[in-house]
Amino acid sequence: MAPLLEVEDLRVTFTTGDGAVNAVNGVSFALREGETLAIVGESGSGKSQTAYAAMGLLARNGRATGTVRYGGRNLLELPQRELNKVRSEEIAMIFQDPMTSLNPYIRVSDQMAEVLMLHKGQSKRQAVAEAARMLDAVRIPDARARIGMYPHEFSGGMRQRIMIAMALLCRPKLLIADEPTTALDVTVQAQIMKLLADIKRDLGTAMILITHDLGVVAGSSDRTLVMYGGQIMEEGTTDAIFATPTHPYTLGLLSAVPRIDREDEELLTIAGEPPDMSRLPPGCPFFPRCAFARPENATLRPPLVTLPDGRRRACHVPVEEILARHEAAQ
Amino acid sequence: MTAPILQVDDLRVTFDVPVRGGWPWTPARKLQAVGGISFDLQPGEVLGVVGESGSGKSTLARAIIGTVPSTGGILFEGQDLSALGADARRSRRRDIQMIFQDPLAALNPRMTVGDIIAEPLTTHFPKTPRAEVRQRVQALMERVGLLPNLVNRYPHEFSGGQCQRIGIARALILNPKLLICDEPVSALDVSVQAQVVNLLRELRRDLGIAMIFIAHDLSVVRHISDRVMVMYLGRLMETAPARAIVERPRHPYTQFLISSVPIPDPALEKARPRPVLEGDLPSPLSPPSGCVFRTRCPKAKPRCAAEPPPPYEVGPGQRATCHYWDEPTPMVQAAE
Amino acid sequence: MAFHDPTADALQAPARPDKGRSLWTDARRRFFRNKAATVSLIALVLIALFAFFGQFLSPFDGETVDFTLIGVNATQGVPSFETGHYFGTDQEGRDLYARTVQGTRLSLLIGLVGSLVAVVVGTLYGATSGYVGGRTDNAMMRIVDVLMSIPFMFVLILLLVMFGRSLLMLFIGIGLISWLSMARIARGQTLSIKNKEFVEAAVATGVRPLTIILRHIVPNLLGVVIVYATLLIPEMIIYESFISFLGLGVQEPNTSLGALISRGASQLGNGVPWQLGFPLFFFVVMLFAFFFVGDGLRDAIDPKDR
Repeated sequence: MAPLLEVEDLRVTFTTGDGAVNAVNGVSFALREGETLAIVGESGSGKSQTAYAAMGLLARNGRATGTVRYGGRNLLELPQRELNKVRSEEIAMIFQDPMTSLNPYIRVSDQMAEVLMLHKGQSKRQAVAEAARMLDAVRIPDARARIGMYPHEFSGGMRQRIMIAMALLCRPKLLIADEPTTALDVTVQAQIMKLLADIKRDLGTAMILITHDLGVVAGSSDRTLVMYGGQIMEEGTTDAIFATPTHPYTLGLLSAVPRIDREDEELLTIAGEPPDMSRLPPGCPFFPRCAFARPENATLRPPLVTLPDGRRRACHVPVEEILARHEAAQ
Repeated sequence: MTAPILQVDDLRVTFDVPVRGGWPWTPARKLQAVGGISFDLQPGEVLGVVGESGSGKSTLARAIIGTVPSTGGILFEGQDLSALGADARRSRRRDIQMIFQDPLAALNPRMTVGDIIAEPLTTHFPKTPRAEVRQRVQALMERVGLLPNLVNRYPHEFSGGQCQRIGIARALILNPKLLICDEPVSALDVSVQAQVVNLLRELRRDLGIAMIFIAHDLSVVRHISDRVMVMYLGRLMETAPARAIVERPRHPYTQFLISSVPIPDPALEKARPRPVLEGDLPSPLSPPSGCVFRTRCPKAKPRCAAEPPPPYEVGPGQRATCHYWDEPTPMVQAAE
Repeated sequence: MAFHDPTADALQAPARPDKGRSLWTDARRRFFRNKAATVSLIALVLIALFAFFGQFLSPFDGETVDFTLIGVNATQGVPSFETGHYFGTDQEGRDLYARTVQGTRLSLLIGLVGSLVAVVVGTLYGATSGYVGGRTDNAMMRIVDVLMSIPFMFVLILLLVMFGRSLLMLFIGIGLISWLSMARIARGQTLSIKNKEFVEAAVATGVRPLTIILRHIVPNLLGVVIVYATLLIPEMIIYESFISFLGLGVQEPNTSLGALISRGASQLGNGVPWQLGFPLFFFVVMLFAFFFVGDGLRDAIDPKDR
């Protein structure tokens, strides 16, 4: 079966006053229908820009090259009008801050109905009824009565639900969620993640979940893609990535996160700071912070190799060496 | 047991919220951000304070440090801070320092890092010779993992993690006895969070500073604290040793809070049933009567609306403010 | 090593503390990247040199009246290098070059003084009002409101009529109005800076309020203040010119650009266009330059507004 979305050698460059910044450097991945792919990374890893580029939502000074194949077409070369159609009817996106996609001066009912009237040609009455049903589906209590309210009259968690409801109005095949729970409290985060899981189960929507939170990834994704410095470090099934990380960065991330179910004496840390994207090292972007780094590999960029179990990784260090370290740490 | 370094007794913080559309003389509505919190802190102890937004945890910190007015007792080393005159209180502040959430916003962008770190010292001891100030600043920079020759750089030239180290150095220069950390790592990248958490643990071990560690992330709080306080809507829900709060939570809110924290282990996470706390935080302008958590609590009974629960002794060093702490919580129980 | 980060750079650097790149250094770099602003700044420097040292280039002063030229201005008082009257002469036969130098100097002074009063008084007043807050803030801002509601041109004219048309009165009058809006701007900025965590950190440490205002608030206000002050200078110059145009400004034999333009305009029908042209040229160039510099400063100091 052909994948739903296929990204090949995606590169994103921003021209700034201080020169070019390469935010994404040759990212390739595929997403099957109904699958949830988590893209994990820290700030500056290029995880969000990958999604924005695929959706044609880059800032004005950004340029994307490569191919983003969806439904047999390359989204990067699509004229704006057709891209808008794909974006609203087949691929939907939700953001960290719901207020970026909700207009504070327009009633929720009007905002949601507009989408349906425009893309599904429904009458205003039908559209509002449908919108209320969708708000019900994302479990907004008393949706029928509250649909006429303005966005700011809802709590943070409720706004995120409204945005999800809006994204789902046209029954998209793919939902891209950019840090959907980062601004929310843990109990609300649990509500939203449960909602997303229900949506996936009921509607079969494929999902790209962009986050820095490894806990969220573990509970909700089929596959995980770890990014650093605009490149893929490792990619594989979520179970495999977490059980046996084969990349020093993944290993470092996993041991740097304190866990509520464990009492560690000291957290293992990754030395140094996240990379400055305008001055990436010529070799592996993680090289300056890597505990396994060898000086002879300083300028050599590791290729993304597919392992026998279907996992992909970009690292010079043999898998065995990292697995041994992981065993020792456990 | 030694004398506590800090005793907080029935601390309340109330803000005035102007009535919209009212006359200038219309009395403002009262918002109680912190509603009667009491606790003791031993020298060298780390007390974690957990709560979601609106729980009043940051306001609590600001009341202790004295940047928001409060009622009730705050005794530092047995001395009531509010009873002191302005000058005496100012000099007492040497011993309590604070670390902030947003590392860059906490540093004046127009001052050099050296001046920022030295500010508490030059404020309280203006006669310190410049050479000594400089030497102490550089020694401290080295201590928190910054290169001392960056002393003349400006904050915007540093990354978030490094800015937080600068903030820590500033807090340490007067050798405080109590350090209040308000969400010190939540604005940092995962890989940098661990560095800062380790640094704080190290400082605590080497210098024996008592800390109040405020965060919304229970995993981090558990990792660094001896004891944990759980807050909800300005009230104390549960206090317990760090291990007990995770392994034997007694208050229904704590139970939900802990079950909501995701664990970075897919095998565990997918097998674990996830009871979800429904509903929204009630408005702090009109908090529920009796127990403030009752509107979202699955085991709320009429008594919860009638009388606010006192802190019940539920285990060694563990107190929960719930009338029915010994009854199982329906959703959590079903999940187990 | 190929990769860069401050730590790595510093590791190779000698142990001597290295110099930081302050926000001002960054702003300067951005400012000089803006061509219009840079050219305008050069123009302003040249005009300032002209205003303060221009008189040494001319054999004439602006006060000596050449009676031989009165009445034959249109033919004899033409600008020329040979006669030494570079800009020609005015109605009374005085050297227009020297007069223009004098007028430019005065206009520039008035702009600078007005702006300086605004910066010092307005910033401190606004910062104090905003930082202290509460009732004090309310009272202080109401005073500004009341002063602002008085039509100032009217008051200024009244002042000049009542106390006589002296240069001092003009400076006082201009100084009185110039700081009001600056105080408002400074207060607004202070309110947002006050809530920043670094101010809270200073309060928590026990830094005294006055020190907080001077060390933490004012330096962070300065960006906005400088931009506004730069834009205020031409405004002050226009005020003065308007008053001089009405004939209430500086008194003869002293002069300002506004007075010169006024005189030149009244002679427009008499075939002496240079009497209007030269003062007007300096006036327009100066105003444009100030506006461009102000704009450039705003972009340089607050780059996210672009």
